[in-house]
Amino acid sequence: MADQGDVITVRGLVKRYGPVEAVRGIDLDVHRGEIFGFLGPNGAGKSTTISILCTLVDKTAGSATVAGWDVARHPQEVRSRIGLVFQDPSLDNQLTARQNLYFHALAYGVPRHQRSERIRAALEMVGLEDRADVQVITYSGGMKRRLEIARGVLHHPEVLFLDEPTIGLDPQTRATVWDHLREIRAQTGTTIFMTTHYMEEAEWCDRIAVIDHGRIVALGTPDELKDQMGGDVVVVTTSDNQRAAEQITSRMGAAVTSDDGTLRVDVPNGPEFVPQLVRALDVEVKTVTVRRPSLDDVFLKLTGRAIRDEEVDSAGALHRAMAQRWQGGRR
Amino acid sequence: MTNATASSPVVEQEASAAALGSTGIRVRVPFWQSVFIIWYRDILRFTRDRARLIGSLAQPILFLVVFGVGLSSAFGAGSGVLPPHTTYLEFMFPGVIGMTVLMTSIFSAMQIVWDREFGFLREILVAPIDRSAVAVGKALSGASQAMIGGIIMLIFAPIVGVRLSVLGVLEMLALLLLLAVSLSAFGIAIASRMKSMQGFQVVMNFLMMPMLFLSGALFPLKGLPTWMAVLTRFDPVTYAIAPVRVSLFSNSGYPAPFINAAQVTIGSYTLPLLLDVGIVAVIGVTVLGLAIAQLRKRD
Ligand SMILES: Nc1ncnc2c1ncn2[C@@H]1O[C@H](COP(=O)(O)OP(=O)(O)OP(=O)(O)O)[C@@H](O)[C@H]1O
Ligand SMILES: [Mg+2]
Repeated sequence: MADQGDVITVRGLVKRYGPVEAVRGIDLDVHRGEIFGFLGPNGAGKSTTISILCTLVDKTAGSATVAGWDVARHPQEVRSRIGLVFQDPSLDNQLTARQNLYFHALAYGVPRHQRSERIRAALEMVGLEDRADVQVITYSGGMKRRLEIARGVLHHPEVLFLDEPTIGLDPQTRATVWDHLREIRAQTGTTIFMTTHYMEEAEWCDRIAVIDHGRIVALGTPDELKDQMGGDVVVVTTSDNQRAAEQITSRMGAAVTSDDGTLRVDVPNGPEFVPQLVRALDVEVKTVTVRRPSLDDVFLKLTGRAIRDEEVDSAGALHRAMAQRWQGGRR
Repeated sequence: MTNATASSPVVEQEASAAALGSTGIRVRVPFWQSVFIIWYRDILRFTRDRARLIGSLAQPILFLVVFGVGLSSAFGAGSGVLPPHTTYLEFMFPGVIGMTVLMTSIFSAMQIVWDREFGFLREILVAPIDRSAVAVGKALSGASQAMIGGIIMLIFAPIVGVRLSVLGVLEMLALLLLLAVSLSAFGIAIASRMKSMQGFQVVMNFLMMPMLFLSGALFPLKGLPTWMAVLTRFDPVTYAIAPVRVSLFSNSGYPAPFINAAQVTIGSYTLPLLLDVGIVAVIGVTVLGLAIAQLRKRD
């Protein structure tokens, strides 16, 4: 049940777009001050959920409150308390960074005497002071993203929603963005609700929820989720992977997934399994690794898709698509 | 860099702490400040985009030249529509100013479609400003742009041979403003649900052309075939153009028949100008209400 410490509560939330059921009844409680990760494959319903919580989209059924206010009945109260970085760009490219931030400060009622100082601090935080007075259209994708993050926190929101804030950013910039996020939370106690496709970012969250096909399929701290997997992951490479896979299945009764020249077996006890494995196979075993399940493994098991695949394959495509959007936005 | 916010004044920290917490006080942005923000941003963009202003003047100037010069002989003295010593070009001139305002107002709403396409609309819609302020701000920004266009067109008055008076111009501008706000609101009502530029342009051209051509902006409403006369009376813009024209002419000594030719008549009844203005105002407020309702809808 929701308690005082919950800043977001979601009950039985459903969203249908015509025949498409984007969100199929989800329940969530996000605690005040935590960094909450919202993970799921493409099309799982992450952005739709965020749009409902941010009052941009109407729910079909269920209820949700953000910062104590019902999103359907008191949208203005919710809006004044949240900050948002959308998945797609939402800057005015014709204006300068400072003008974009000034618009935001006015729109959120940042008091006059604080405006210029907050804008300065925000620009400094994301390292854009030097470029503050040129049109945003001249910015790189990463600079625009940083500006959006600065804008999202300019009015000190109670809850900050970030929809893939670091997509398309290089590793250094991503690390800087995370520094900012932790700093913001430390200073203002802001709750952060974010989606990501990066595994290490998921690890940095206090708690994560995995959503697939519009349903929450797992919820807990990264460690809890890994523990839920139970057992170990054994990764093997052999001289003949296909044959080895058949033998593992038929002789040892274990399920095998093959991935990029390696075989993966989920077993209750890794160290005990390895000697049996070596004995059972009549192909040459080249390498064997035993490890604790990673969030990747959790994700793969729950959704049938590797989060990393997405990072490599479709993040490339997403990155390209985004780059086009960033650049296409002349007006 | 990491302690940037830490170095900000203590006062601010306290203020932000007060602003947090679910029962904490959030600053309410006053209605007119919200309107101003929306207006200000559009105008900032407008001033950065001169091509748009020039583009919005090109067509009216073309019309002035082609129609004005071309049709002057047809409608001129002796045709019986306009009195002697006046020209069709003079008569047409306030109509062309009206046309400038009409086109600029309506197409200014295209900004909303752009904003949707390039994402900024979400920044606006998720901000804690009331949607009515968004609509009013947008209507005023569209009207401001249109008024700038209309005022620039006044430069052509001496060339066309129209006599201006200060009072006449001021009266006309006030009436144009009403027209501009109403038409901008109309544009917003349509644009706010449009998903593509092409869609908006097609719909707008489809609606705008009849609104323009049936309004009497480009020709006198006298002596038309009955079916067309009826259609012109159903065009709301008709009731905006008539007072604009009358106000410009009546203060600078034009003969009464010339001014009468500008007024809207139904049968033998000449509508008083106040009634014209009232009709435009009522329609304007209705359309603005519609625009607000459209912006309030969530997906
Ligand atoms: N406006 C819309 N109209 C119709 N269908 C929609 C709309 N928005 C989203 N959907 C559908 O809802 C489902 C969930 O989409 P959503 O954008 O929430 O996914 P996501 O989890 O954010 O995915 P991604 O990782 O690709 O951003 C998808 O099947 C999508 O096609
Ligand atoms: Mg998404």
